[in-house]
Amino acid sequence: MKAKFIIPLILFAILVAFLIAGLNHDPHEVPSPLINKPAPIFKVSQLGNPSAFFSPEEMKGQVWILNVWASWCVACREEHPVLVEMSKLKMAPLIGLDYKDKRSEAMAMLESRGNPYTLSAFDADGRVGIDYGVYGVPETYIIDKAGIIRFKQIGPITPEVLEKTIDPLIAQLNKD
Amino acid sequence: MRKFILASVFLLASPILLANEATPIADDPVVEQRLIAISEEMRCLVCQNESLAGSRADLAQDLRQEIRGLIRQGKTDDEIRAFMVERYGDFVLYRPPVKPITWLLWIGPFIILLGGILALLLYVRRRGDMTKKILLSDVENERIDDLLREDK
Repeated sequence: MKAKFIIPLILFAILVAFLIAGLNHDPHEVPSPLINKPAPIFKVSQLGNPSAFFSPEEMKGQVWILNVWASWCVACREEHPVLVEMSKLKMAPLIGLDYKDKRSEAMAMLESRGNPYTLSAFDADGRVGIDYGVYGVPETYIIDKAGIIRFKQIGPITPEVLEKTIDPLIAQLNKD
Repeated sequence: MRKFILASVFLLASPILLANEATPIADDPVVEQRLIAISEEMRCLVCQNESLAGSRADLAQDLRQEIRGLIRQGKTDDEIRAFMVERYGDFVLYRPPVKPITWLLWIGPFIILLGGILALLLYVRRRGDMTKKILLSDVENERIDDLLREDK
């Protein structure tokens, strides 16, 4: 007689647990298969200087941050002040990847809102973005001294993510 | 006059040019056939409920172009799928591969089905036991017969 009530109650509790877990899970955040894999190699021109190039190989030996952004991306504008703040902390070189953008518009945005980037690479046709599995700008990668991707942030970096995740991770990677 | 002719040629040509731009595809139907077959089985990461074949998202167009390029390079379907999974993970595939992390996904429904069959069997057996318990004694049977006779 007792089991008649307890079994459905247990089943219901399991269902509720799954639903609660589902609520806290953003389906737009797809785990990247690139974590703990070498950062894909590319060579593209720099945003500010079309005759100069940038390749991730130049960054070997130091921890660095790759931030994919664009002037047309609204969430990037939201993220921008956090990046400016982050660049002041001088945690690691912050490299921008200007994704499918127009040079003039991207430059104008950096001029009016401040330029947090050590430099920005210019991904005109989005091919570099495809190699990095970018599907929604802004996205941010933290790459270690050996050129391995250690972390990916999908969507804007919030002050909270910066403080609780990115800052400790970079400090730890710098120690290794 | 010459300007007018030139202008009208451009004007007449422009819809054709535009039409060409909208379908840069039709040049190789074999490539397109394969592109559709592959991309129908893939999820567009921007609009997650659309296939890569059907999505009009910018990224989906870029990725279709990328797949077109891979087909022209002579890559097999498996190689193209691997190319996508390397970048976007198993999530791009509508049919998840069978591996330890997806075992529950593949086998789960059968486990639940088995559980249901088991519960049903137990229930049927228990009900069988209960019907046996209400077997009547001879005295009771005689009374029933009496009562039925009275009715007549």
